[in-house]
Amino acid sequence: MTDLERHAYDVVVIGAGGAGLRAAIEAHEQGARTAVVCKSLLGKAHTVMAEGGIAAAMGNVYPEDGWKVHFRDTMRGGKMLNHWRMAQLHAQEAPDRVRELEDWGALFDRTPAGLISQRDFGGHRYARLAHVGDRTGLELIRTLQQRTVALGIDVYMECTVTKVIKQQDGSIQGAFGYRRENGRFVLWQAPSVVLATGGIGKSYKVTSNSWEYTGDGHSLALQAGATLVNMEFVQFHPTGMVWPPSVRGILVTESVRGDGGILKNSNGSRFMFDYIPDYFRKETAETEEEADRWYTDKKNNRRPPELLPRDEVARAINSEVKAGRGSPHGGVFLDIASRHDADYIRKRLPSMYHQFKELAEVDITKEPMEVGPTCHYVMGGVEVDPETAAAKVPGLFAAGEVAGGMHGSNRLGGNSLSDLLVFGRRAGLAAAERARATTVPNVADAVLKEAAGEALAPFERDGGENPYTLHAELQTAMNDLVGIIRVAGEMTEALERIEALKVRAKALTVEGQRPYNPGWHLALDLPHMLRVSECIAKAALEREESRGGHTRDDFPGPREEWGALNVICSADGEDVALTRQPLPVMPPDLAEIFEES
Amino acid sequence: MAYEASLRVWRGDDEGGGLEDFLVEVNEGEVVLDIIHRLQATQAPDLAVRWNCKAGKCGSCSAEINGRPRLMCLTRMGTFDEEEVITITPLRAFPVIRDLVTDVWFNYEKAQSIPPFTPRERDEDGNHRMQQVDVERSQEFRKCIECFLCQDTCHVVRDHEENKPSFAGPRFLMRIAELDMHPLDTLDRRRAAQDDFGLGMCNITKCCTEVCPEGIKITDNALIPMKERVVDRKYVPKTWLGRTIGRRKD
Ligand code: SF4
Ligand code: SF4
Ligand code: FES
Repeated sequence: MTDLERHAYDVVVIGAGGAGLRAAIEAHEQGARTAVVCKSLLGKAHTVMAEGGIAAAMGNVYPEDGWKVHFRDTMRGGKMLNHWRMAQLHAQEAPDRVRELEDWGALFDRTPAGLISQRDFGGHRYARLAHVGDRTGLELIRTLQQRTVALGIDVYMECTVTKVIKQQDGSIQGAFGYRRENGRFVLWQAPSVVLATGGIGKSYKVTSNSWEYTGDGHSLALQAGATLVNMEFVQFHPTGMVWPPSVRGILVTESVRGDGGILKNSNGSRFMFDYIPDYFRKETAETEEEADRWYTDKKNNRRPPELLPRDEVARAINSEVKAGRGSPHGGVFLDIASRHDADYIRKRLPSMYHQFKELAEVDITKEPMEVGPTCHYVMGGVEVDPETAAAKVPGLFAAGEVAGGMHGSNRLGGNSLSDLLVFGRRAGLAAAERARATTVPNVADAVLKEAAGEALAPFERDGGENPYTLHAELQTAMNDLVGIIRVAGEMTEALERIEALKVRAKALTVEGQRPYNPGWHLALDLPHMLRVSECIAKAALEREESRGGHTRDDFPGPREEWGALNVICSADGEDVALTRQPLPVMPPDLAEIFEES
Repeated sequence: MAYEASLRVWRGDDEGGGLEDFLVEVNEGEVVLDIIHRLQATQAPDLAVRWNCKAGKCGSCSAEINGRPRLMCLTRMGTFDEEEVITITPLRAFPVIRDLVTDVWFNYEKAQSIPPFTPRERDEDGNHRMQQVDVERSQEFRKCIECFLCQDTCHVVRDHEENKPSFAGPRFLMRIAELDMHPLDTLDRRRAAQDDFGLGMCNITKCCTEVCPEGIKITDNALIPMKERVVDRKYVPKTWLGRTIGRRKD
């Protein structure tokens, strides 16, 4: 094929967020010829939006913290649906992954003893999040970016992968895509491909996610023959901005609550006390006095209910608004102004101060913020082997948000950045190892021609719809029908709408030329968004219980039989097929940890 | 509430282009990037623009609005009169790719040419120890979102392509200062700052500081102190002799 750039590598990493860069660094250090392919410029990945910190039981603030406590918190936060081995590896390895960031230039906030400081966050028993003010994600990305550049790893910026290429025997042969700048096609041939593409938020209308979060990694994996686990679990972060409308969904960090911020309804009442579930009652304060004492004396008081896991808080806010006790713009109030002086707030939460000032003209040192739930994170993702991050397709790996299992039915804040580092490194290691023992033949011209033809199809058609219209309809359907509270009838309707959109997407047309054409880019992203939306809606309809990030109005509360089951999605032609699969069983020595508490 | 705004947007590519007029609906609380997105969705589906976070955190959506380098996602429509014509053009200091998207490779090249962070050994227990006051100076510079607005505005390169090879621009001179002030870094970066990255070409006009959306005091806190350290090195022979790679700096 002419009009094609060909490259050969040992390891190709798709995505340049925390997981992708960490995977690339590891693969490179293992001696693999490594490339990173990313849709944006280097350093712009969605990881920069992470504010709170990196959860790691380093014990710098509370020496009694350790991996077992972190493991326990993670499993309980995920309502025991996590893959136990992932949660274990994560808790054990996170401290080392944080320490090595300092060798690469990261500058975390310090304790008085000069160690990395750690902050409190929802669902974590001890102050455990390594952080830099409220811009930890930026620090993580910049550190990994600078390390990647220092090592001389090849980075293909502003390139989109449209297809994972496989050999006759079903193993990985490379990735195919285009350069956004000029629309030309590129082949990265490699025996190992690491997916580190992030999440799916762009299928929802109200989301904290950037345009890159189209679920393309999930979708590419499905098409390549891999499986997805537990796609019904989508995290709605309890505190997104609600006003003005154009910023609806943008994240308000949980650190606001970790640092003393409280939630109030329109009656001025601290409503979270009315929503403490039995499961967490033992460790949650019963009175405002006890909750307030906790900030200064954590040993003798229990945690404020504002710091319950995210799913609990998001549902509570949803109920308050529905009951007519919301704020003027349909959220609730998050108040830190009455709790701390202005200097403290500006020092601890500089980005939030800036964000509200610039985007909403609200001074958070004087007034409360208005907040409400926003689609934030997908717990479900590619089913992987915990040790190697390998998907079911030989040569395909997945790490970070695109991988599933680690967080069970609900992710704790701070566990995402640590997940990226722990499993990014493991994926890079295993990908390099596989590449050492594998060579791949050249990709046949016919295969490339087919991939190119598929990508150019929207230009060939006339008179179809505009991709922006279809995208907006999908976002509305998912937001309204497969959102935070779900019922069978609505999800069935969502699936009907998705089916209709699938047909219409096949006929859409794009205007203009191939160089930097966002209409074309969206046209190619849409099938991915439709495929993951179908996975989410089907899996959510299948799971007849409420657990973590999945709440069914028609099946309230968790059910024991579902507590031992994963829902697995696989591709069935153009559709999605479901199977139920037993959850991996935790060994007795780990199970004991839960009996003690 | 809603009104139609007059927008003039530069459209074209590396071969040329010009301003095009549009009328676009504006609602309460919207920012320029919202209006550009509406323009894409309704009138110009192939209008090229970069963005990611829409919250002033990623530094992707840089452009010039009425001639001023700004982030489109942090520029509220409410700051303009409803009758005002708003002109949006790509960053002038970088070559255009298409419409509002420019080729910012210059910045990545400069980043790559800076000698990497070179830390001292960890303490025996495997930790690094640093005091909060000592990390804060460099932390300020690490707030940088790499929007390159300062690079775009600095007169040393804005209309002087010929200076680009010898001048790293405020963002990367600040990066050198950041490493220089980093408590763990062991390299002496003063000679390189002056000779390889053009610190001497900066005449502290502070235009970079004025456009920085993160409010970083680039000139006062990074460039001027770095200049002072360079002068120290030049005129104090002892420091000059003591400059060895791997040695703790003063
Ligand atoms: S202070 Fe220096 S770097 Fe900043 S704009 Fe002026 S000359 Fe350029
Ligand atoms: S220093 Fe400020 S203006 Fe310059 S790139 Fe960084 S954030 Fe942008
Ligand atoms: S879109 Fe990220 S800074 Fe504007």
